Amino acid sequence: MYTKISGTGSALPENRVTNLDFERLVDTTDEWITARTGISERRISSGENTSDFAARAAANALSSAGIGPLDVDLVIAATVSPDSFTPTVSCQVQKALGLAGATCFDLWAGCTGFIFALMTADSLIRSGAFSHALVIGAEVLSKLVDWTDRGTCVLFGDGAGAVVLSQSPNPGVLAHFTGSDGTRGSVLCIDGIPLANPWTADQAPSPPHSVIRMDGQEVFKFAVTAMQQSIRRVCELAGIDLDDVPYIIPHQANNRIIESVAGRMKIPRSRFYTNLDRRGNTSAASIPIALDEMNRAGVLKPQMPLVLVGFGGGLTWGASMIRWIPSSREGS
Amino acid sequence: MPFDELKAIIVDQLDTAPEDVSLASSFTDDLGADSLDMVELIMAIEEKMGVRIEQKEARNLTTVGDVLAFVEAQKASEIAR
Repeated sequence: MYTKISGTGSALPENRVTNLDFERLVDTTDEWITARTGISERRISSGENTSDFAARAAANALSSAGIGPLDVDLVIAATVSPDSFTPTVSCQVQKALGLAGATCFDLWAGCTGFIFALMTADSLIRSGAFSHALVIGAEVLSKLVDWTDRGTCVLFGDGAGAVVLSQSPNPGVLAHFTGSDGTRGSVLCIDGIPLANPWTADQAPSPPHSVIRMDGQEVFKFAVTAMQQSIRRVCELAGIDLDDVPYIIPHQANNRIIESVAGRMKIPRSRFYTNLDRRGNTSAASIPIALDEMNRAGVLKPQMPLVLVGFGGGLTWGASMIRWIPSSREGS
Repeated sequence: MPFDELKAIIVDQLDTAPEDVSLASSFTDDLGADSLDMVELIMAIEEKMGVRIEQKEARNLTTVGDVLAFVEAQKASEIAR
């Protein structure tokens, strides 16, 4: 038994925030942001939380797959910015969409979360335990941004993407390659709640306000190395020549990272699908949002091999090779 | 010559004219590199010249001469070992 992506969906905030808006907020310029990141605008929530975007993206993915809420038996949401520690984003999606028969859990793996969630759902479906999974990447990073740090606040956006992963007689998900390195975790951090209880020295800390802290140069170096390794290894594992892969869908962190990888691997930049100029870095949501955009734009053709590749906090990295098998409902 | 090897890497990475690269050239002020160009340049030097440059050390290397001295010192310490 195999799995395939049978539907895609995404959801974004209405609120567009341009580089010019940031010129009024911090000491920066449109030129500086564009040259160093490739981002010109991003969507920032003006009220909706992570589970709201996750539920909308999931609903779109279900209608794209042509299956009903009761057909879903597994929901995995990848996020670093849940509404609450519990209930999870996946359980909130279950409630919003009436996925009464589903087992739901969240998965934390930084910006690589969607790849890890896809790998997990693929394995669980192929074990025979589940039939249709919703795999979601959802973030409201604007909750975690230091709005006074001009180096990081311009980078991130909010939104969610989702896919339906279904049992399939033909292989639509071909291979995964993943890795982690906790020893280098300090280059990209979001702090948790400080430890304080009646037995610790500090009994009542001030309420925490976690923000994303990042050593941009270290992350750049890690990202360029990890992306190259992940792309090469997933091609080997899938037995597909990289030259035969029309599109690589990378985590949308920074155009300079993607250009560097393209140059080093001698892959035309045009084979990397990017939307980060309009979306910014949406962490675990970036790959499924990009995939949904490509699907709805009709870019994805039957049997087309695609590499999805991510890297992020942890540190974590990984790639999935998929073959695009559209739902028969859509006529293939 | 290590300088010629280094110069070729700089010309390739920073898309600059060979005659503009001297030992005194500052990467940011003279050769127009930004912080991410510098990371890419250091990565290329590591790969092509067989050295290891930690990012915290790389931040102190502001001129071509700084990098050359660092590379030569690291090669010399390898030979001594």
